[in-house]
Amino acid sequence: MARTHYSEIEGRSPGFYALLSGLGALILAGLGAAWYMEHNGHYVTGMSNRIVWGVPHVFAVFLIVAASGVLNVASIASVFGRDLYKPLARLSGLLALTLLAGGLAVLVLDLGRPERMIVAMTHYNFKSIFAWNIFLYTGFYAVVALYLWTMFERRMNDYSKPAGLFAFVWRLVLTTGTGSIFGFLVAREPYNSALLAPLFIVMSFSYGLAIFVLVLMAACRWSGRALGDVVLNRLRNLLGVFVATVLYFVAVYHLTNLYIARQHEVERFMLWDGGIYPALFWIGQVLIGGILPLALLFGIASRRATAGAAACVIAGGLAQVYVLIIGGQAYPQLMFPEKEVSSSFFDGVVAAYAPSLPEVALSAGGVALALALTAVALKVLPFLPRSLADGDVGSAAA
Amino acid sequence: MSLDRRQFLRWGAAAAAGAALAPGIRLIELAQARSPQEAASALQRWGLLIDITKCTDCDVCVTACHEENGVTGHGRPETDAQWIRKVHLRDKRTGYAQTLPFMCQHCEHPPCVDVCPTGASFKRDDGIVLVDKHTCIGCRYCVMACPYGARSFIHETVSGQKADAPRGKGTVESCTLCVHRVDRGETPACVQACNRDGGKAMVFGDLNDRDSAIHKRLRTEPSSQVRPDLALNTGVRYQGL
Repeated sequence: MARTHYSEIEGRSPGFYALLSGLGALILAGLGAAWYMEHNGHYVTGMSNRIVWGVPHVFAVFLIVAASGVLNVASIASVFGRDLYKPLARLSGLLALTLLAGGLAVLVLDLGRPERMIVAMTHYNFKSIFAWNIFLYTGFYAVVALYLWTMFERRMNDYSKPAGLFAFVWRLVLTTGTGSIFGFLVAREPYNSALLAPLFIVMSFSYGLAIFVLVLMAACRWSGRALGDVVLNRLRNLLGVFVATVLYFVAVYHLTNLYIARQHEVERFMLWDGGIYPALFWIGQVLIGGILPLALLFGIASRRATAGAAACVIAGGLAQVYVLIIGGQAYPQLMFPEKEVSSSFFDGVVAAYAPSLPEVALSAGGVALALALTAVALKVLPFLPRSLADGDVGSAAA
Repeated sequence: MSLDRRQFLRWGAAAAAGAALAPGIRLIELAQARSPQEAASALQRWGLLIDITKCTDCDVCVTACHEENGVTGHGRPETDAQWIRKVHLRDKRTGYAQTLPFMCQHCEHPPCVDVCPTGASFKRDDGIVLVDKHTCIGCRYCVMACPYGARSFIHETVSGQKADAPRGKGTVESCTLCVHRVDRGETPACVQACNRDGGKAMVFGDLNDRDSAIHKRLRTEPSSQVRPDLALNTGVRYQGL
């Protein structure tokens, strides 16, 4: 197989600067929103004492989950020895770092006391999954940076397989940690399931690959690089498998609950009469995030359909995380079985939530940060192959 | 009755010994009491017993708590803090109605303490669950984890704070069992108010002390915990639930 040649993108075109300016404006708006929320307190958001995690957490969790999943492309190359994916590995590692940065920025800036991050870095309660995650996230940076070094530095190339294996194991643990933030919560009926950890892992495969496909297509198109059908078809099939796997896990999760009498009320709420949440589940998560992408990926063999499917996976994924995080809190906590409960503190009623502008701005700022970091990195270092045309990668496809 | 010399000496010696030893014994007693500087001890486990058959529609416990701890609202019920609230129950089948005060249940195994990344949520040795305002980063994971919806996030600047109950925007708080009063040997404000102006439904005391009123009641009368299936061993118990 011919050696892959990488190069920086030129990054001088008006289009590139327009992209960076647009993303920069969104980042500034996000920072402004964070300042506004911190200055006034969280009452200016849609969050309350009953919905304590809102849209910022939806985006943060989505980005963090996608960050671990986007590394999968590199793992397939170095851990599972698929040479076709090797030219994509650098971009995969880069997106893992930038998406995580975007997600963590949103998470940290939404804290009640964001200036106390130093406390979080110096005081640990090791029984807390959040505390583990602080180590898992910071460690992920180090591990992926090391992995990228073994890819970039020719003398270190031999070590890229063990580094890739280490990064792969690390990311599996990381996503398990993210899923367990919810899975270990006994207090809320919609969570409290060990299934959430593997569900989050397959969600990460799906969201991460969808983002990877879109970024790869955009980067190749805007920098005038060839992207052959061989690579794209492989990614398309893989995305289809991941989307189907997510649907499978979601089905098992709900079927398990439907079988357990004490979970019937939760399922009724999530799947049928919970207002916005069943709508988001069926239309957003299942139809737009699952069935439609499958039809596009396996029914129509066109680039536009692949890109459309990836966009649907992202939209459906956001709906899925929204239903999980916000729907899970909106459903009233079970404290007194067989009783109708009411109080001035909104016990026993479905908690109301409407996303506010500052929350949306902060969330969009996090996405923009991830994309801006990616664009700048592509300009500074040779992450992208000069060509992914069929002839250049085809020999490795077997 | 007449005393001979021998008897007189015997009684006199006993009286002298008693007079000499008594202050010493009293000193031991004093030494065993907790000084303000001394850490809370696991020898005690503070708890509440609430007899909801005596709980009426009043809310003197809520008013007293919020007055004692300087918990004031901004007219925004969704985001205003509540350390204690009156919960109204109605049986789904029979319609039987009850009301009870509800607050942090001061669990022996508190989920809020488990999930807190910085250790700001903590349990004192004597069972009182608190938030360290200096290390709370406002992540709200404890609010997610509490099975009793007992915690509030401070959504805006607070004023009129009490010296004994520091509060701060961007941190989480909940019932402290009036720890400042307990440390002074007093009962929580809600209990005092209930016994003075309410239905006399609340008993506060040391769950470990066999001689305490709360221990005697729990030993001899039926009581229950909220969500006993979670096996959190709550410090707050209910009767008539």
